[in-house]
Amino acid sequence: MPDRVSVYNPMGYPPKVTLKGMAPRLEGLDGKTIYIIDPRFDDSGLFMEQLQDVFARRLPNVTTRIVQMSNVYHHDDPKTWEEVQANADAAIIGVGH
Amino acid sequence: MTLESKYGVPTVALHTEVFRTLVRSVTRLRGMPQARYLFVPQPVMGKTAGELTDYIEGTDPVSGRPVWQEIIEGLTLDLPPDEDEIARLKFDRSTPRMVEPATEDELQQLFLDNDWTDKLPIVLPTEERVAAMLAATSHKSDEVLGHMGHQLHELWEYTVEKVAVNAVMAGARPEYFPVILAMAASEVSARGTSSSSMATMALVNGPVRNELNMNAGIGAMGPYNHANATIGRAWGLLSQNGGGGSKPGITYMGSQGNNYGYNNLTFPENEERSPWEPFHVEHGFKPGDSTVSLFSNVWSTAFTFGLPEAHWRDHIYHMLRGMDPSCKPVFVLDPLTARQFIDRAGFDTKAKLIQWVYDTALMPAGEFWDYQIVKNYVYPRATAGEEPFASKLAVPPDELIHMFEPSEIKVIVTGGESNAYWRLMGAVYRKTVSVDAWR
Repeated sequence: MPDRVSVYNPMGYPPKVTLKGMAPRLEGLDGKTIYIIDPRFDDSGLFMEQLQDVFARRLPNVTTRIVQMSNVYHHDDPKTWEEVQANADAAIIGVGH
Repeated sequence: MTLESKYGVPTVALHTEVFRTLVRSVTRLRGMPQARYLFVPQPVMGKTAGELTDYIEGTDPVSGRPVWQEIIEGLTLDLPPDEDEIARLKFDRSTPRMVEPATEDELQQLFLDNDWTDKLPIVLPTEERVAAMLAATSHKSDEVLGHMGHQLHELWEYTVEKVAVNAVMAGARPEYFPVILAMAASEVSARGTSSSSMATMALVNGPVRNELNMNAGIGAMGPYNHANATIGRAWGLLSQNGGGGSKPGITYMGSQGNNYGYNNLTFPENEERSPWEPFHVEHGFKPGDSTVSLFSNVWSTAFTFGLPEAHWRDHIYHMLRGMDPSCKPVFVLDPLTARQFIDRAGFDTKAKLIQWVYDTALMPAGEFWDYQIVKNYVYPRATAGEEPFASKLAVPPDELIHMFEPSEIKVIVTGGESNAYWRLMGAVYRKTVSVDAWR
């Protein structure tokens, strides 16, 4: 019968998960302003332009505005977030890759 | 998630399908399991406007539901709290110190199944082996050394003991431990998550190279020396285990992967045969200091033979022009080639070679700004006014601009002079750290 061996676990220590609250959803989109946020990564800009066109066609009573993030996508961007908070009822942020 | 929780703006996020597992993992671990997101087909890049419209008007490849409907619902429909998910997230995730005892074969399989290895057999980190490793440093085993993690994921914490565990697994000897600790303390991860499959490189300088019998001669960058091999391997294992894992699709997204990941290109500089000052001296250390210098974003390797008299300038110019400007030039020269740079070109210091490379590596601005990685990572900084990028953006597209800054161009000498072959690596220098601090 082979001997049993005791060894260390090599994994580091994960951070605690801190639950965050979500914003309430809108009752409807009619008459609302939605900011479409472009992270400027891998042709996301062209995608967001098409999204804006689809909104114009399908929901003409919704105002959309495309904004680009101020810097590289993985940097926090309080300037853009504050603009969105001040002017938008909701936001869509999207892709590249 | 910041828009939702801090700014109170209901938000929907769109991703491409290949990131499905990563997105779910990040939203859960960042504390927002009910973040509203949806997926479109991969890729977005390179698609026409019509194709992208089809994505929006089409089906989410992950959920099977209409993308447009998911966007509207994401902004307008509340989800009831998932109490089970919340309970799972609050569960204590602290890592056990030990693994359940088992036979050696069972433990090798467990480590493999848990993705704790580089898929090669490891040296099992028994208490005796880890204690021997810890004896090679004056630092306490419970000292928190640093944090590593993944670009969009969470940062995990590791102690001196955890580094010792991974160093044993790599097959490193205790006398190598101060170098491995220095690498760990740098917090430069050898397991990047980028879809670009970037690798890392580590250069050792100073007396420690000879203390550990590292190889800077023939085969320096190959599998021919125990210290070179296992120090680099330890860095990799610590990066993946100490940093929360490196699992394809979740915490590793490198589309093709990178074979440099086995020992992370760890080797010493051949200071004794180099005609120039050592790398660490160039970066502010004394010759008698022992250091390790870390490089990330190792993407490319070009190669040639010596400096032919008639066209060496053209050869190097074309090697540089063939690089993506996001890869910074790191000249890895055999000592024979280093001396040719002096004999043929008059570069009797590294600084003169670096200046010549800076002056030579030019390309039209329009071409520079059309590289995709430049568009992703440099263009936003330019539009934010950051120099030197803002000035490079302001010139006409036909104007020649410098591909690199002098500080980004590095020169390393290693090799055994069996011939004057040399490499031009594309890599980004991160930092040089003291090994002596970890003895």
